[in-house]
Amino acid sequence: MSANNLTAVTGKKTKSYAAQKRAGLIASYIFLIVLSIIWVIPILWVILTSFRAEPGSFTAGFFPQPYSWDVVNEETGVITRYTQTFTLKNYVDLFTPRDGFDFGRMWLNTLFVAAISCVISTLFAVATAYVMSRMRFKLRKPFMNIALIMGMFPGFMSMIAIYFILKSVGIEKTLLALILVYSGASGLGFQVVKGFFDTVPKALDEAAMIDGANKAQVFFKIILPMSKPIIVYQALTAFMGPWMDFIFARFLMGTNYKTYTVAIGLYDMLDKTRIYTYFRQFAAGSVCVAVPIIVLFMCLQRYYVEGVTGGAVKG
Amino acid sequence: MSRKSLDDKIEIQDSLITKLSYVVFGLGNLIHGQIIKGLAFLAIEVAYVLFMLLGGCQNLINFITLGTVETGWVEVPGKLLPEYKLGDNSMLFLLFGVLTLMITVGFIWTGYCSHKSAKNVQVLEHHGKPIPSFVDDVKVLLDSRFHVTLLFLPICGILVFSVLPLVYMILVAFTNYDSKHQAPGHLFDWVGFSNFGSMLGGDSRMSHTFIGVLIWTLIWAFFATFSNYFLGIIVALIINQKGIKFKKLWRSILVLTIAMPQFISLLVMRSFFSGYGVINRTLISWGLIDGITNAVPFLTNEHWARVIIIIVNMWIGIPYTMLMSSGILMNIPQDLYEAATVDGANAVQMFFKITLPQIIFTTTPYLITTFISNINNFNVIYLMTAGGPQTSEYYVAGKTDLLVTWLYTLTKDKMDYSVASTIGILIFIISATFSLLTYTRSKSYKEEDAFQ
Repeated sequence: MSANNLTAVTGKKTKSYAAQKRAGLIASYIFLIVLSIIWVIPILWVILTSFRAEPGSFTAGFFPQPYSWDVVNEETGVITRYTQTFTLKNYVDLFTPRDGFDFGRMWLNTLFVAAISCVISTLFAVATAYVMSRMRFKLRKPFMNIALIMGMFPGFMSMIAIYFILKSVGIEKTLLALILVYSGASGLGFQVVKGFFDTVPKALDEAAMIDGANKAQVFFKIILPMSKPIIVYQALTAFMGPWMDFIFARFLMGTNYKTYTVAIGLYDMLDKTRIYTYFRQFAAGSVCVAVPIIVLFMCLQRYYVEGVTGGAVKG
Repeated sequence: MSRKSLDDKIEIQDSLITKLSYVVFGLGNLIHGQIIKGLAFLAIEVAYVLFMLLGGCQNLINFITLGTVETGWVEVPGKLLPEYKLGDNSMLFLLFGVLTLMITVGFIWTGYCSHKSAKNVQVLEHHGKPIPSFVDDVKVLLDSRFHVTLLFLPICGILVFSVLPLVYMILVAFTNYDSKHQAPGHLFDWVGFSNFGSMLGGDSRMSHTFIGVLIWTLIWAFFATFSNYFLGIIVALIINQKGIKFKKLWRSILVLTIAMPQFISLLVMRSFFSGYGVINRTLISWGLIDGITNAVPFLTNEHWARVIIIIVNMWIGIPYTMLMSSGILMNIPQDLYEAATVDGANAVQMFFKITLPQIIFTTTPYLITTFISNINNFNVIYLMTAGGPQTSEYYVAGKTDLLVTWLYTLTKDKMDYSVASTIGILIFIISATFSLLTYTRSKSYKEEDAFQ
């Protein structure tokens, strides 16, 4: 009797609990769908705009409308009417150099700068992080404190000074200047990698050193092979930097179109005097910049997540 | 080195040669047969002396005067007409002055190292131990002094691209290097703290701008940080709750925006919210507003612009927090929840007693760094509104300008470098106060070695 009673009670409870849970899940799904739409809309819009046939920067609706224009055949005088909604012309125009805009060149410039500064800054950051994590010497704490202090000054406050330094060497409007600016001081960005190295047990080093390895061998043969995720994270952020930075690029390159990066080029396309003609090309250019980065990012997402999480937990 | 050799070192008095190594670099090494090391020390000294004679001393004098000859027409004796002569370039004087000072510091440091090295050799000789050859020294660079090898290039980079420019800009804050004193052509000079004085009350328009921009910067940093933080955590919780399918898909959709270059998404957002943009058009087509003339001034009205910027920043920032807190959520041990279920806790209790404390505990340092980086969040503001709407109350600033974007405009458009540097230093003071109050108390700083 009592046992029967008990099952009745729990049965009722689980049922209402399940219903509650299902309602919660449905609400969650609705929330996630709305969220996804909000997050995808701007991206979708850029893609649609990049294929849009209708000229101009602002159009009536969210989705491209059919656009018609007349072409007069000069010999026969016949007027032909064309109607198009989507076109590939924006991409063709984008890669046709015009008015000093040479997007293909900008794209290659950026790739070049990004690749080299990615290598340099990864090397610098990883080397500094290893030293700060594993070696003990007198200037270690002072160095870490100075790095902390310097990080609190706004980054581009010293922009003018850097410009003058590069100018006094005569390389202010070159890609080399950009590489130096992006990777030169990257030794200061060691914190995240150091946080990772700190979690690698020191016993490993000690064991290797008992076996006769020196510190260099420990670094190259033990720590580096174990640290692939964080190195990938570091390289990925360093590689993405030049694609996204436009403050330094803008300031250093001035009017030297030949050394523009995509960020300056795209920003200039939205200039008030150009926006009408160039808006669709801006969208096409954005797609050309975003697609490779997104693909790269999605492939390496696992490492990025590890870096973000690790960095946050260690501060 | 072992404790014992350290004690010996204190007992042994400096020999004459060791003392002289302060003056003649590398003397101790040379006499004890470490020819290459000694010569290297000596070469640095000779190079420094030559450098100082050939211009270094002049650099230091120029550093103090910042130039005396103004560019202009100069009467030349014996000639009828005056000649146009280029004067001193204060900007280069300041830059080379800082460079010379840095080289001098390096030189003094080398002198210190020379003495230390000489002393080392002296101690070794005293104990009758073999004196390391050059090859031995190189080997040490791969072992106990491996940090020197690894740090050499990064530190050079930091000195040239971070320390030198920063020192230079800090010094500029104490000069009158503004649009009226542009080098070459015009000289600028040291003015002490007067820039800070005018910023903090001396010049009423300037200080009004500073206070106004500062208050908005702090409001912005607060909302930008906490809106992203809490909403990001909520999104992470919803995605990670049991029973939700396609977790990876939801996460990837949000992560798309991290991969999308920020300036692109921001420029797109700007065109979305502009007067003729998609949002206004959509509102018209839904009949919510009456014609383009009544378009909502999303980015041109002070209050609208401030709200929109914070909302757009959520679009940018939530995915980061979501990713980060997802990682933390997965790391919370499941047995904690199981134990709580056994004890009869419900979902809400578990959230407030287990999940939230865990997230807040692990992310406090992150919260501080995010707050500071939001004080310096250039991209969102500059690309969305460029600081606008402009106002005549302010000195070259708009209603959504942060201190950094104001600094940028002053530098790029106005060339008021001294004012810009002053703002930079004030930003530093603000960020430093915030982080000193919290960061040095945090566990990850104090107990750095704890879990190795």
